[in-house]
Amino acid sequence: MLSWIIKNQLAEVLIGRANAQSFMPTQASEIAKSVDSLYSFLLIISLIACVIVIGGMIYFAYKYRRRSANDKTAYISHDTRLEILWSVIPLVIFLFVFAWGWIIYHDMRTMPKEALEIQVIGRQWAWVAEYKNGVQSNVLVVPVKRDIRLVLSSPDVIHSFYVPSFRIKQDVVPGRYTSLWFRAEVMGEFHVFCAEFCGTSHSGMITKLRVVSQTDFDKWLIEEADSSLLPPVEYGKKLFTTKTCASCHFEDQPGVKIGPTMKGLFGLENHEMVDGTTVTADENYLRESILASQAKVVKGFGPRSAMPAFQGQLSEKELSAIIEYIKSIK
Amino acid sequence: MAHAGHDVDYIHAEKGLKSWLLTLDHKRIGILYFVTVMFFFLCGGIAALLLRGELFSYNAQANVGEILKNGDIYNQVMTYHGAIMVFMVIIPGIPAILGNFFLPLMIGAKDVAFPKLNLLSWYCLMAGAALAILTMFTGRVDTGWTFYTPYSIQTGTAVSMMVVAAFIMGMSSILTGLNFIVTVHKLRAPGMTMHRMPLFVWALYSTAIIQVLATPVLAITLLLLMMERVLGVGIFDPKLGGDPVLFQHFFWFYSHPAVYIMILPAMGIISELITTYSKKVIFGYTAIAYSSLGIAAVSFFVWGHHMYVSGQSELAGTVFSFLTMLVGVPTAIKMFNWVATMYKGSIEFRSPMLYAMGFLFLFAIGGVTGIMLATLAVDVHFHDTYFVVAHFHYVMVGGTLMAIMGGFFHWFPKMFGKMYNEAGARWSFVFIFVGFNVTFFPQFILGGMGMPRRYFDYIAAYQPLNRISTVGSWLILTGFLIGLYVIIQGLRKGAKAPPNPWGSTTLEWQTASPPIVHNFDHEPVVTAGPYEYK
Ligand code: HEC
Ligand SMILES: [Cu+2]
Ligand SMILES: [Cu+2]
Repeated sequence: MLSWIIKNQLAEVLIGRANAQSFMPTQASEIAKSVDSLYSFLLIISLIACVIVIGGMIYFAYKYRRRSANDKTAYISHDTRLEILWSVIPLVIFLFVFAWGWIIYHDMRTMPKEALEIQVIGRQWAWVAEYKNGVQSNVLVVPVKRDIRLVLSSPDVIHSFYVPSFRIKQDVVPGRYTSLWFRAEVMGEFHVFCAEFCGTSHSGMITKLRVVSQTDFDKWLIEEADSSLLPPVEYGKKLFTTKTCASCHFEDQPGVKIGPTMKGLFGLENHEMVDGTTVTADENYLRESILASQAKVVKGFGPRSAMPAFQGQLSEKELSAIIEYIKSIK
Repeated sequence: MAHAGHDVDYIHAEKGLKSWLLTLDHKRIGILYFVTVMFFFLCGGIAALLLRGELFSYNAQANVGEILKNGDIYNQVMTYHGAIMVFMVIIPGIPAILGNFFLPLMIGAKDVAFPKLNLLSWYCLMAGAALAILTMFTGRVDTGWTFYTPYSIQTGTAVSMMVVAAFIMGMSSILTGLNFIVTVHKLRAPGMTMHRMPLFVWALYSTAIIQVLATPVLAITLLLLMMERVLGVGIFDPKLGGDPVLFQHFFWFYSHPAVYIMILPAMGIISELITTYSKKVIFGYTAIAYSSLGIAAVSFFVWGHHMYVSGQSELAGTVFSFLTMLVGVPTAIKMFNWVATMYKGSIEFRSPMLYAMGFLFLFAIGGVTGIMLATLAVDVHFHDTYFVVAHFHYVMVGGTLMAIMGGFFHWFPKMFGKMYNEAGARWSFVFIFVGFNVTFFPQFILGGMGMPRRYFDYIAAYQPLNRISTVGSWLILTGFLIGLYVIIQGLRKGAKAPPNPWGSTTLEWQTASPPIVHNFDHEPVVTAGPYEYK
């Protein structure tokens, strides 16, 4: 009952939706709307509180400004009735706000039953979505008006999956699964941020959440699944992004230079390592660099390589496609 | 006088650097803290300006804002800004500088209970700080001041050394707290009952309790982190079977109460300033005094409000949200009491009062946004965005820093026996206050728009507000430079201060300015409450 009143009536009557939206991102889900209603309510209450406190202060400061050095002042040590009043009123408001916040939070945390499930892996410093049919993608594509449940995991440090337009956020914690659900009401592209500090390129850990129609979604899934039939270089190019290589080996992203460029790497002789040795960058070197990055670390990027070892994370076919792609970058 | 040495003021009692470095006089130790904390504040401030400079532009478009070469350097500067400001400026700030100097004076004592321990605390802070600064040359630290695992275990930077530094500085905090508790209980002048103590003393007392109870938890947490990093014992690192979220529980179990270590003393100062410059008894003495204790107690049970989206259970989140709402009440009570104190007063707009009013203004905004963040569903959106950054700067800088500045100008004549230039002090207030709002108010909006914190670079839509914010930081800088100038001018050329220039009623104003070595000619006997303005 309370929850119904809060959700439907109060929010509507007291606030009218517009004001919180003025600087919050697009409301792409019902949850976003209810969060904004609560937020607008808080804004109004806060405004009133500030007017009372700050306004009172300014008014008194003006009215009772010092007129002469020996002004007489009133001796008012306390007023129990007043004090009880201004303890109880805030308490009631705070508890009301608490309850309202809890109700929405409960909706956020209760996973819908028939949801489309997608695994999302947050790693330094990229997002990878894995669909049930094996498709992997850096951009999260979902159908509109359908409950989506994300199962989040991380192989390295804590990240946080955050979509401002949905008002949802969930930490991605290594060593356990966390989850999150949403239901997009509008189609479009929305930002996904990493909100928990995770190192060098934390602020580069941004991707898109694309909401499309159910038919477009099905079509996209099939197209993506077919990409392994592409010629190796093109398949490799795709993998270079989906397997997150591009988030560190990225040529034209200023500010972040985490890994060395792949340009002209293949066939390079006298390629210098941190320990002073040199190698020739042939297929086997590339293979080792990818599978066991700590084995040989390139000069200027040591002593420890920032690159995770990809042993066990790439199939033989994927690996050779990536190597073909690297060979093709001249 | 009984013997000559006694009426010499504490500044001129002895000469030479050694007499300062080995002093046991609480007033001189206060000055030692003052000089060192000012230096740390300068370091942390420079870091802040660098960060704001970097954020002036987003990179992809224009490189004018690119001051720090890459993400790693930004992350390091961000870490030092936070760690220095928290551990080396705000936590020791009020208790160690103004508390040291005035706590004994305000209760009519000759010194703190353990003068040698007091000096040791300063050396602990210095040792910790030296180590912290040394990390800048041995690999630096890039974890943020929160040291969240497992990143802090995996990063190649000098985390271990920084952790040892924080550990040692924590020691300093514990010792100061212990000293103050004993001093308050044992050294009050005859007639100075607990209920006649000035509210600043009450605030220091509550703070000291938190320092003594909470800081050891930080120490334990940091030790565990060291065991993991150095010895490879699995506690927080999932690779070794540990739980990274456990670290967050430990960390906030200290760091939430630490928030009150930072703000309670500030609230104490505000009580002093408002009564003095309104020439009026404080409204609701008991409520203010006991709400400090209440805050201190409840503050130990709300740490989970930093972790609503960390993966803790829904139930835990709910309980923490509920308890956090309860802490809001005593804080609100204090606000109302201060405003009520001004009612029918005789209000003089001296710079300390301006700072106190600035405090009320900024703390009101910091407070209401705190309630927003305590609200479960709303926090899910705001958590780890600039909204949080804005909120805690409003309470920590708008609150604590305003109070330090106000308190400092209030007690300056007492500490140094000189007057400062009032007009200059007012100008510094105007710049700091306006600059502060220009810097941090836009950050609330940025947070609402979804800009996460600790971002070295951001999307185009966030640029205009970031620019405003950066310009604000230059205004704050101007304000502090003016303040510094006023202080130096006051110290060099200031007119001699009378014992009680503001007509205050608390004990510290009953002795000479600057006070004599033993504080009072005769042990004062107290017969009434602290704010008997008639
Ligand atoms: C977290 C950042 C990161 C990711 C992700 C990453 N790398 Fe690297 N990579 C590096 C760094 C840093 C180096 C240089 C140090 C070294 O040699 O290991 C490197 C080196 C290399 C080298 C050797 C380059 C040379 O000049 O000898 C190759 C080849 C390579 N990476 C391929 C890949 C591929 C393929 C992927 C994706 C499957 C990938 N990397 C993912 C950071 C990364
Ligand atoms: Cu991140
Ligand atoms: Cu907290």
